[in-house]
Amino acid sequence: MTYRLTAIAAALIALQAGTALAAQELNLYTTREPKLVEPLLKSFTDSTGIKVNTIFLKEGLPERVEQEGEASPADVLMTVDIGNLVDLVDRGLTQPVESEVLEQAIPENLRDKDGNWFALSQRARVLYAAKDLDLDSFHYEDLAKPEWKGKVCIRSGQHPYNVALFAAHLVHHGEDATRSWLEGIKANLARKAGGGDRDVARDIMGGICDIGIANSYYVGLMRSGAGGPEQQAWVDAIKVVLPTFENGGTQVNISGAAVARHAPNRDQAVQLLEYLVSDEAQRIYAEANYEFPVKPGVAPSPVIADMSHIQADDTDLTRIARERKKASELAEEVGFDN
Amino acid sequence: MTPSRTFQGLRRSAGAGWQAAAVLVAALVLLPVAALVLFAAQGSPGLWAHLFDNVLPVAARQTVLLLAGVGVIVAVLGTVTAWLVAACDFPGRRLFGWALLLPLAVPTYIIAYAYLDLLHPVGPVQGAIRALLGYDSPRQFRLPDIRSMTGCILLLGLVLYPYVYLPVRALFAMQAGNLLDAARTLGTGPVATFRRVAVPLARPAVAGGTALALMETLNDIGAAEFLGVRTLTVSVYSTWINRSDLPGAAQIALAMLAIVTGLVMLERFSRKRQRFSGGAQRSQPLRRARLQGPRAWAATAVCALPVLLGFVAPASYLIYHAGQRLHYAGLSPRILAEAANTALLAALATLVTLALGLVVTGAARLRPGRMTQAAARVSTLGYAMPGTILAIGLLPVVTLIDRRIAAWVQDLTGLSPGLLLLGSGAALIYAYAARFLAIATSGIEAGLSRVPRSLDHAARTLGRSPGQVFRQVHVPISAPALAAAGLLIFVDCVKELPATLLLRPLSFETLSTHLYGEAARGTYEDAAIAALIIVAIGILPVVVLARAIRR
Repeated sequence: MTYRLTAIAAALIALQAGTALAAQELNLYTTREPKLVEPLLKSFTDSTGIKVNTIFLKEGLPERVEQEGEASPADVLMTVDIGNLVDLVDRGLTQPVESEVLEQAIPENLRDKDGNWFALSQRARVLYAAKDLDLDSFHYEDLAKPEWKGKVCIRSGQHPYNVALFAAHLVHHGEDATRSWLEGIKANLARKAGGGDRDVARDIMGGICDIGIANSYYVGLMRSGAGGPEQQAWVDAIKVVLPTFENGGTQVNISGAAVARHAPNRDQAVQLLEYLVSDEAQRIYAEANYEFPVKPGVAPSPVIADMSHIQADDTDLTRIARERKKASELAEEVGFDN
Repeated sequence: MTPSRTFQGLRRSAGAGWQAAAVLVAALVLLPVAALVLFAAQGSPGLWAHLFDNVLPVAARQTVLLLAGVGVIVAVLGTVTAWLVAACDFPGRRLFGWALLLPLAVPTYIIAYAYLDLLHPVGPVQGAIRALLGYDSPRQFRLPDIRSMTGCILLLGLVLYPYVYLPVRALFAMQAGNLLDAARTLGTGPVATFRRVAVPLARPAVAGGTALALMETLNDIGAAEFLGVRTLTVSVYSTWINRSDLPGAAQIALAMLAIVTGLVMLERFSRKRQRFSGGAQRSQPLRRARLQGPRAWAATAVCALPVLLGFVAPASYLIYHAGQRLHYAGLSPRILAEAANTALLAALATLVTLALGLVVTGAARLRPGRMTQAAARVSTLGYAMPGTILAIGLLPVVTLIDRRIAAWVQDLTGLSPGLLLLGSGAALIYAYAARFLAIATSGIEAGLSRVPRSLDHAARTLGRSPGQVFRQVHVPISAPALAAAGLLIFVDCVKELPATLLLRPLSFETLSTHLYGEAARGTYEDAAIAALIIVAIGILPVVVLARAIRR
């Protein structure tokens, strides 16, 4: 009887094809798109011999890791947004990492002071404007000005990209000012808030609106031709203006990573993080997704050279992340998406 | 003890196994709901005041509008086309018989993406209109924006009406002949026959199909969010994602579940008194009325419209973009592996779901009573929940089992096996089964309701056990309904996204997760190939089924 049970157990283990058993493997849970991290992981595997198993999730990354508990095979948790990262830390799903390599490569404001999370790339929320518009500088606050009535396009006010922008406004100006700012933008919308960031460019081309807010890297993606000739036409119809807050810089968000609390392959996990901030990986990041490198001295892709003079807002990212809830509620209060 | 009492006693003990199995299946569906209740109980007391003031009035109104609009479209479109194909003869009838099923293969999020592109001011349709009218800029002329409630209703209706068409047509084909012949013999005209006999006859099937379509609508997040419609589901979502407030999201989800359950019960109650069970004699096949002239062409147009708009247009769009992609970059071999993963997973899940559905409906038939009825109702709950929320409820259930197994294996062997259900994909099959069991039970029930009780009694009198009656009488007779339910489940599994994303094993991609990955990054051309394969896989069973129901 015991023999048979042992056989069953052995079979079960064999089925499991050793996720946590092999020493030269590591498991990455990520909300980043697979195509984006693949070139990085391939290059990592080529140089270290460590195989990376990935699972790409959308929502529910923290829930899954939390429920898997100590048995979780997760080693590295990688997210697209500072909010999700801070969330992972707040739920106790990460562990502190001390690494000179990471601390030297990443500026202090782009990593957790206790080593719980590290930024890997940055992007900005910028203004897309119709080409013929006489507009060279812009403040986020201007979005609410009456002169833009019926001329603004933007995606859902509940989308994490916008929530982060609203949260940054909250940190700068407080609740009441943010509420009336959101009301002003809402009154200026040319169409319902919705669609994606690229639709802002397409809608400007289609004459639906004159200006809109969207992420910087989409400009690179559209220009690169990766999205086909149509998207090139969209991006040709717009010019990009780097907006700032009246009392600050351009709003940036980060993608980043953390080592999981129960990481079975902790050393390999740290190795991956250190690799991701190497010059080589930072360059791949910049080329593959047109984001801004976090490591000083690595240049962004030439495709978005016109944005390389960006002055990022230096407001503490963790503070912004903690205002997300309030920002999302304010957007609901003013009926931003209705 | 009288012979009849012995018979009763025998019957009771014979059905007991079925009852226990049905209760077990219901428990499997109930477990994730129970987990959600636990999540919800962890609280966020301030949430509801804010929701009542700012979110729910709009979300409830939008949800009701959307459901009403989609409901009317799918019920009318599904019934009328089913009637035309089953009862009339007109040019293209045989083609439409199966072609009307095709939109089923198009996921809601794909049709939304496709039409936004097709109908955009700088897209092909409006471009052609402008060229025709002599305008050269969209600033001079453009059509209303598809991103609206109306747009969302139309698009969802166009791909969800087969949920009504399929069972209604099966019903007309299976048993309408006698009654309709009788009506015609009594001198009723074709339109009056449709209105006074066919529609009342079809009502349970229309109601069942519409209920499925409405639950799909309620579950939809991709299309609604993309088109700017803020439903309750979208609200659950943003509460969870942007507030990191799982308890709050679980509370809204449970409230929604309560409302849906109430609606389903109301619908059941409203037709409780109607029991259609044909006589034991063989049903006559329907004799089709040959339509002539303008009437015939009108029928052709009515059937062609949903096929063209719900399938041909989005599929052509996908083919064009997939072609572009193949031209620029070729086909990634990975996509073939993903297609194989998808097909295998969906096939396994369909078999499991059908088996569980047979257990539940079989128990309710063989041992009617409160317990088995309740089990049958409970087993449909999973469908009324957004996929992501169901998956979140499943996580603790699955990981609990996983950890138990792991501890047991470790005691025995000293080795850690990791998480087996999550690691092997079994968790996904659980999720699909819990989610789509409603399709199985409603489909099989519709089939079983055609089997007269007198047949059961006859078979029992001839010494068959309840299980044998089920296997030898019920299943063969309701085979078409079973096949139809299997088709719907298979296609739904192929399309399913949120639970697949959350519960799949490491380094395991399906077509829908691939599609999401590309769409999230906005590389539409890559997504077009995966989307096209999803649609193509959805067509295969349509073809098989079309052969089965032709006759």
